[in-house]
Formats: sequence, structure tokens, C-alpha cells
Amino acid sequence: MQSDNTVYRRRQLLSSQIDLSKFNDKNFEKATEDEKRQQDVMGESTTFLKDGLRRLRKNPLAMGSICVLLLIVAIIIVAPHICPYSYSQIITVNGVRDKRATNLGPMEFSKLEMDYMEETGEKLFPHLLGTDSLGRDYFIRVIYGTRVSLSVGIVAAIMVLIIGLIYGSISGYFGGMVDMIMMRIVDVIYSLPDMLIIILLSVVLKETLQPAIAGTALAKLGTNMISIFIVFALLYWVGMARLIRGQILSIKNNEYVLAAKAIGTKDGRILRKHILPNCLSVIIITTALQVPSAIFTESYLSFLGLGVSAPLTSLGSLANDARGAMQSYPIRLVVPAIVICLIVLALNLLGDGLRDAFDSKLN
Amino acid sequence: MGKYLVKRVLLAIVSIIIVSAIAFFTMNLIPGGPFNKEKAQSPEAIKVLEERYNLDKPIPQQYVMYMGNLLQGDWGVSLKTGRDIWTDISSKFSVSARLGGSAAVVAIIFGIILGSIAALTRNRLPDRLIVFFTTLGTAMPSFVLATLLLLVFCLKLGWFPVWTSQDPNYVLPIIALSVYPMAYITRLTKTSMLDALNQDYVRTARAKGVPRHKVIFMHALRNALIPVITYVGPMVAYILTGSMVVENIFTIGGLGSAFVTSITNRDYTTIMATTMFLAILMVIANLLTDIAYKLVDPRITFK
Repeated sequence: MQSDNTVYRRRQLLSSQIDLSKFNDKNFEKATEDEKRQQDVMGESTTFLKDGLRRLRKNPLAMGSICVLLLIVAIIIVAPHICPYSYSQIITVNGVRDKRATNLGPMEFSKLEMDYMEETGEKLFPHLLGTDSLGRDYFIRVIYGTRVSLSVGIVAAIMVLIIGLIYGSISGYFGGMVDMIMMRIVDVIYSLPDMLIIILLSVVLKETLQPAIAGTALAKLGTNMISIFIVFALLYWVGMARLIRGQILSIKNNEYVLAAKAIGTKDGRILRKHILPNCLSVIIITTALQVPSAIFTESYLSFLGLGVSAPLTSLGSLANDARGAMQSYPIRLVVPAIVICLIVLALNLLGDGLRDAFDSKLN
Repeated sequence: MGKYLVKRVLLAIVSIIIVSAIAFFTMNLIPGGPFNKEKAQSPEAIKVLEERYNLDKPIPQQYVMYMGNLLQGDWGVSLKTGRDIWTDISSKFSVSARLGGSAAVVAIIFGIILGSIAALTRNRLPDRLIVFFTTLGTAMPSFVLATLLLLVFCLKLGWFPVWTSQDPNYVLPIIALSVYPMAYITRLTKTSMLDALNQDYVRTARAKGVPRHKVIFMHALRNALIPVITYVGPMVAYILTGSMVVENIFTIGGLGSAFVTSITNRDYTTIMATTMFLAILMVIANLLTDIAYKLVDPRITFK
């Protein structure tokens, strides 16, 4: 009681010290618009995504990688429309198979093609990278190889993302016994040697799937491609699931989740609206880094002869096919090798850039 | 520790059983049996053969028998050559082990040295050069690197001879195999070294007047190496799978190239046995890595 009194008394003393005679009408005038604006909080409010993208834009390596990737994507989309050859077509002149159009150097024409051009005055499209040993235009094969390799990487990453996301969020959110069992399964899958299982499944599926998918659209893709996807769907999601579970475990104890629970929000909605948006950085980074690792795996399998089925090709199988004649035609080895390195390098650098830009722990 | 050890060993055994089950059951899905030859055999002869090799039993029972034989050192017979697989594996693995072991040692030593240099010269020229080359090293599949090395240094420049069993020259294959793990170890060492250099005990040591080299080697590096241990298991797996490609390119007669040959030959028993052998090696490597990590750093508790 006593302390209350002293505070009260001190306040009275303070107010009595203010000299009221100094106040006049001017002090009570409305503030002008200018003066009001001075009170505004400076700087626009940003969202998580905008903030991250702003930081990403300042990173020259990441922006360079995006440019390189966009350029590659643009080329592989546009080139087949400009280039008149197709990846499986053996060069023909005037409807006749040109038997001497094999193993041409870059920008070279075969004798038959030169005769044809002289005769008709038409200009044939040059073989930018020459032709292969069967007389197919090599440039367009590299283009299609890049298409296959990139799409394998992207499809695999999306599959890993979806499975890992669902599994990890269920395990992390419900916790307890569910979490225990789900994580033991993850532990076991994590300890399996994945590369060996991929090879094993590729060998087996090549034999068993062939009759099953014959005649469908999947047949063109080849059994090996499907087995790569199956293996990614079976094995590679565990890393993603672990990461997301860890994130969710740390997020779900926040007050806003408790508040949402208290007003009776359903579990699914809490996960979608409150928890997953906060894991976004980890999800983006891991997915971006998954693409190059899938491209690596695909090229490795292609090299072992377990890649896409001929005549379709990928960068790995192009490099593998070129090995036999690498002393005479090194360009056929070097070009796909450079394209693989370029794509993987750009994706790795982009992934690092995304981590720097979006990982809030680092800032 | 004891409880953890038991758990970890159990996990290793479970994963070996799973790999073997996947291998065995999927191999049995392949149409056609081992006695289907181009020349038709009489059904009686096939029946006798199947009884002889227990192929008339149900598949789960065959699996148990196969695993039992495996434990007793009987790895089966190659479908193509008819030779005992275990003799093949053990003789070829000695070549692969020499190559892979040297690659691992090179990767660890150079990785740690380069990583420490990068951490100590942070944001200066040596660091930037090392970061540049390690980024490049992780972007290059081993078969690309191996083929380019073979093409440039062996065939065009002729600095190194082509590998033969009489005159084995391992320099280029070791480089091809070790670049990726080396780049990875360099990155790991750099991050953990930077972390260690900022710790209080390093500042205390400096304040006490401990010489710089002693601070770096005795205080910082020793602690910075702990995360590197975790990579040893994955590195063994990488080198074992990478050696399939590298041995094939340099025509080294090791286990890796034998495995690739058995894949192209569709020699299923050899594929199965080699997969089992490699899987056991990888699982053991991972097991030892985890235990070593736990021993070195008692702060770590596994759940």
C-alpha cells in the first residue's frame, strides 16, 4: 500500500511541474499530410518469398546459373523445331539413305548432300556437330539427350518431394508411436546401399517389365527409365522425409499452432496452412539439390548400359556410345560430357544460392 | 553405448537381410531358368537337375537355403562360366581393394589438407581456387572424368601407360575415383574447421600464447576432423560403385568391371553374389563409421 502511495505522489508532483501557460492554440493544430507521412514506417512489408528472391537476385553465381539453365531449356525446346533432323533418323537425301553420311565432322556435308545442293540450289541444314556412326545428326541427339536427362532429374525430384513431404509431415506431426514406427522404417531404408539396389532392379525390371508395357506409351521411355523412377520412389525420399520431420517437430510447438488447435482447426489444415509454409526453405533447397543427383544416377546407369532404350538417348548413354571411337572422334564424348557438367554445376550453384537466400538460420 | 551398439548391429543385420531378400526374390521373377538352353532338353533331365540344385522347392525355402550356404562360404556357381563365384570374387576383389583403398587414402589426406588451407585463407586466393575446383569436382560424374583422363593423359599425351595385369599403373584410376570424395571432404573440413577456429578454446589457447601451428593442429584440426569421420561410410559406398565404372574404362580386371560384365552377360547368380558381397561391405563400413563417430565424440547421443 505504501509504495502505491509514493508513486501516486510522485506523479502529482511531476504534473504540477508542467507549465500550462506555455500551451496555446498553435500546439493543438492538425498535422499536415507531410508531417503525418513522417510517422509512417519506412520500407515495404515483404513476404518470405519476396525477401528470399531479393537476396537470391544479389547472388551473381546463382543468377548466372539460372541464366545458363534457362538458356539450355530454351535451346532444347526451340532446336527441334528449327533443325529438320530427328534423333532417330538416319540422314536421307531425296528419299535415299545416304550411306556415306556417317562419322561426319562438325559442319561437314556428305558427298551426296553436296551433289544435291548443287543440283537443286537448295541449302541443307548443316550438321552442327557432325553425325554419328549410323549417320544420325549428332546435334539433335545431344538436344534429345539433354531433354531426357533433365526431365529424369526433374520428375525424380518431384517424386521424392511428394513422397518425402507426405511421409515426413505425417510422422513429424502425429509423433509418438506413429513417428517411432515410421522413422524405424526410414532408418532401415536409409541403411540400404541404394546404388546396388538400383542396378539390381534395373537388371530385373528390364526383363520382367518389357512384355508388360509393350505397346503402351511407356514402352518408348524404356524399362530402365521406369525402374529408375521406381527406385527413386522407393528409396530416395527418406532423406527428404527425415528433414521435413525434423522441421515439423520444431515448428509444431509454436504458439500459433497451439492457438489454431485451440479454436478447433483440423489437423490437415494446420499442416497445410501453418506448418508446411514454414518448412518451405528446406523443401525448396533439398528439391533443387535432388535434381543434379538424379541426373548423376541416370548418367551412371546409362553408362552401365542400363539407361534409356535405343533409339532414344540420354547424355550418359551418348557419352558411353562415344567411348569406342573416342580417339578418332573425341568431340562426341566431349560435348555430352560438357553438357552434363554444365547442368549439374548450374543446379548445384543454384541450390547453394537458394540455401543462402532462404535459410533463415544463416541470416 | 552397449545398448546403442546392439541396436546399430541389429539394424545392419536387418538391412543385409532386406538387400538379400530383394535380390533373391527379384532375380526369381526373371523368366527362364538356369537350365533353359537353346537346345531343348528332356523334361526328365531338367527335373533331375532341378532336384539336384533344389530348384523344385518353394522360393522362400530356396532363399533360406541360399542364405545358409552363403554363411558357410558357398556363394554359388556362375551361370556363364560354371566357376565357383567366391574364388572369382576374392581374387578380383584384391585388385579392387588396392585401387579403392588408395583412392580413399588419397581422398582423405588431400581433402583434409585442402580443406584446412581453405579455412585458414578464408576469402583469399587459395581459398577461392580450392572452392572453384571442388565445385567443379562435384559436378563431374566419375565416368566423364575417367574417360577424359584416359583420353588426354594416356592416349593423347602418353604420360601414363594403359593398365595391364603385369604392369599395373594405378595413378589415373586413383585420380578418377578420388576426386569426388576429395572435393566432398574438402568442403566438410573447411566448414568444420571454420567452426572450430571460432570456438572459445581456440581463443583461450591463442590468449595463452600457444604458437599458431600448435593451435591449428592440436586444438582446431583435431576437433574439426570429427565430422569427416561421418563421411567415411558413404565414401566407401561411393568408391565401390564408382569403381565399377572406373575399372571398366581403364580395363582393370577388378570386381567392378567383373560386375559390369556379369550385368551385360545376364549372369544372374554372379550379379546376385556380387551385389550381396558389396552390400555387406557397405553396411559394415556404415556400421563402423557410426560406432567410430560415437566413440570419438561422446557428446553425441543417438536416439
